[in-house]
Amino acid sequence: MKNLESVFAAYIIGWGIFFVFFLSIVKRTSALRSEIERLKNSLPRQ
Amino acid sequence: MAKRTLFGAVATLLVIAAAYANFFVAPTERTMGLIQRIFYFHAATAWAGEMVFFLCFVANLLYIWKRRDQYDWLGVACAEVGLACITIVLITGPIWAHPVWGIWWTWDARLTSTFVLWLLYVSYLLLRTLIEEPGRRALLSALFGVFAFLDVPLVFFSIRWWRTQHPAPVIMGGSGSGLDPIMSKVFFFNVFVMHLFAAFLIVERYILEKLRHDVDVLQREAGAQ
Repeated sequence: MKNLESVFAAYIIGWGIFFVFFLSIVKRTSALRSEIERLKNSLPRQ
Repeated sequence: MAKRTLFGAVATLLVIAAAYANFFVAPTERTMGLIQRIFYFHAATAWAGEMVFFLCFVANLLYIWKRRDQYDWLGVACAEVGLACITIVLITGPIWAHPVWGIWWTWDARLTSTFVLWLLYVSYLLLRTLIEEPGRRALLSALFGVFAFLDVPLVFFSIRWWRTQHPAPVIMGGSGSGLDPIMSKVFFFNVFVMHLFAAFLIVERYILEKLRHDVDVLQREAGAQ
């Protein structure tokens, strides 16, 4: 089982980067949706 | 929304299946042993990253030609996803290299051109933060994106054109190259899964960019009143 830690490290770091990137997209999307709602409410209704 | 959730769930399940195949289906390589299992993830992510940069290049060209916002959104979505892929490639590569070569890094043609590729797309994203006016930002970043893509063929052919520390290609590498049939199946399954996962991320990132555009429009409307 030589190098097992290195193999796990590669996979965990790799998928960790994808996961953090995906979370950042979700977070930014959620912030923009809130901003859209706020702006829509601040505009006078036609 | 439901379709996107389903897409994400399918992509995630396939990622788990690929990881299972990498550890439990692919045979252990005779000389390198366990550490070779990084190859399936590392090389498949590199292929997906290069394909995503190609899509970015196409979107950039289409923006220059048609000047439609949608191509700009696709360009930036692909640039970010491709950059995430290449970041992973630049980290998993040295983790494989250290036990095999005895060094983490060397400035050979493949590694250097990949690092330059990473720097170019970081610059692409930085450039976008420096320009306020949306039309100018989209045009200049599209022009820069076309220039940045020139490095992708260099990365791909570097191990074919020059003798490098990086291993010679085992896929499409000519006579003497090739993989064990089971390793080959596992590798191409990983390539498929990584492309699918990258496509999922591009869709999500594209929607984010569209929302950003919607916020800009609403802010302009609010400012005009």
